[in-house]
Amino acid sequence: MSSAAGLPRAADLGLLSCLACGLVCRALPATAAPHCPRCHAPLHRRKPASLSRSWALLIAAAVLYIPANLLPIMQTSTLLYSENDTILSGVLTLWRSGAWDLALIVFVASIVVPLLKIAALATLLLSAGAHSRWRRRERARLYRLIEFIGQWSMLDIFVVALLVALVNFNSVAQVRAGPGAIAFASVVVLTMLASMSFDPRLIWDEPQTGSRA
Amino acid sequence: MPTLIVCEHCDTVYQRAPLQPGQRARCLRCAAPLYRADLAPPALLALTLAAAVVFLIANVFPIVSLDLQGSSSQSTLWGAIHAAWDSEVGPVAVLVALTAFFFPLLQILLLGAVLLALRRGGLRRSLLVDALHSLRFLRPWSMVEVFLLGALVAVVKMGALAAVQPRPGLYGFAALTLLLTALNSFDLHRLWECLDE
Ligand SMILES: [Zn+2]
Ligand SMILES: [Zn+2]
Repeated sequence: MSSAAGLPRAADLGLLSCLACGLVCRALPATAAPHCPRCHAPLHRRKPASLSRSWALLIAAAVLYIPANLLPIMQTSTLLYSENDTILSGVLTLWRSGAWDLALIVFVASIVVPLLKIAALATLLLSAGAHSRWRRRERARLYRLIEFIGQWSMLDIFVVALLVALVNFNSVAQVRAGPGAIAFASVVVLTMLASMSFDPRLIWDEPQTGSRA
Repeated sequence: MPTLIVCEHCDTVYQRAPLQPGQRARCLRCAAPLYRADLAPPALLALTLAAAVVFLIANVFPIVSLDLQGSSSQSTLWGAIHAAWDSEVGPVAVLVALTAFFFPLLQILLLGAVLLALRRGGLRRSLLVDALHSLRFLRPWSMVEVFLLGALVAVVKMGALAAVQPRPGLYGFAALTLLLTALNSFDLHRLWECLDE
């Protein structure tokens, strides 16, 4: 992108932008902890400790991803049978019942998206930590994609909560939520927090400019 | 420096230029959206009031009902939260309550209050500042649209087990999704600028 190469960046011009309200201020070297004059939010050149915070949250999410997929997220019991559903077996049940389109949606939202988020965030964190110049525009786009799709992984949590409320016919048929639901919900929240902690401006920082997180 | 705008995603500085309705400015370096020609605050206020009414409808009426061998059950969103709580997955119940009920409700109330206050004054500036900060925090955690899709998946899943019927609450959530999507695409920085005018 030769046209973008010459564009000035706030950090180089001695400017600070407020992430909360968008106001652009001049960075005064005298003030140790500057605050936005309009909204009083603390101003930082880059989000503080962005990489280490993001790594910590991401690793926690990756660890919980295992019980989230192995433990049952819901238990269905009827007069004839009782079965424990993990996320994957729930998708398979949907598929076999003929609702392949919904099976696909749940598969993408519950299995592909969390995995993709963890892998993509790890890539972003590694490459930003190394001040890599590799495919910056694509990495910037990847980050925006992660931010956009993050909340859709909550889908299965809502499905389980509704099924538990509705399928409640005592001995005839009953659905209960399982411990996997807690692990899965934690994964969704942790990956969202991890992507919020990451500062996408680090993608564009050269080694000498921009404070390391 | 109100005439300048800095891309949140890559730190590039731009001079703000006026836009035609429907246009949006994109960052040349990273292609992130910078700002857009938005709805005027009065239109936004009307949408917010509509969202408040629809929120009420969506939560008062059941979302789906289920018939199984003569007995039937139905549930509202709040019923689902309650059932998840009783099912020994308390954290999940809390999360559903926050993301599908309290956060969207708070968004509607705060946005309505801010827009009314900007229109006729009367609210302390520090309160407005707190409200606008809260609105920014709430945005990613308000998940009505995901809940709507979840309700649709639940309907199909139960279809295999029993006779399922959509109820008015489901249509309420569909309408609420549309309204909140419109409200959430609004650039909150515009309201911060209104605060200074
Ligand atoms: Zn500010
Ligand atoms: Zn940019």
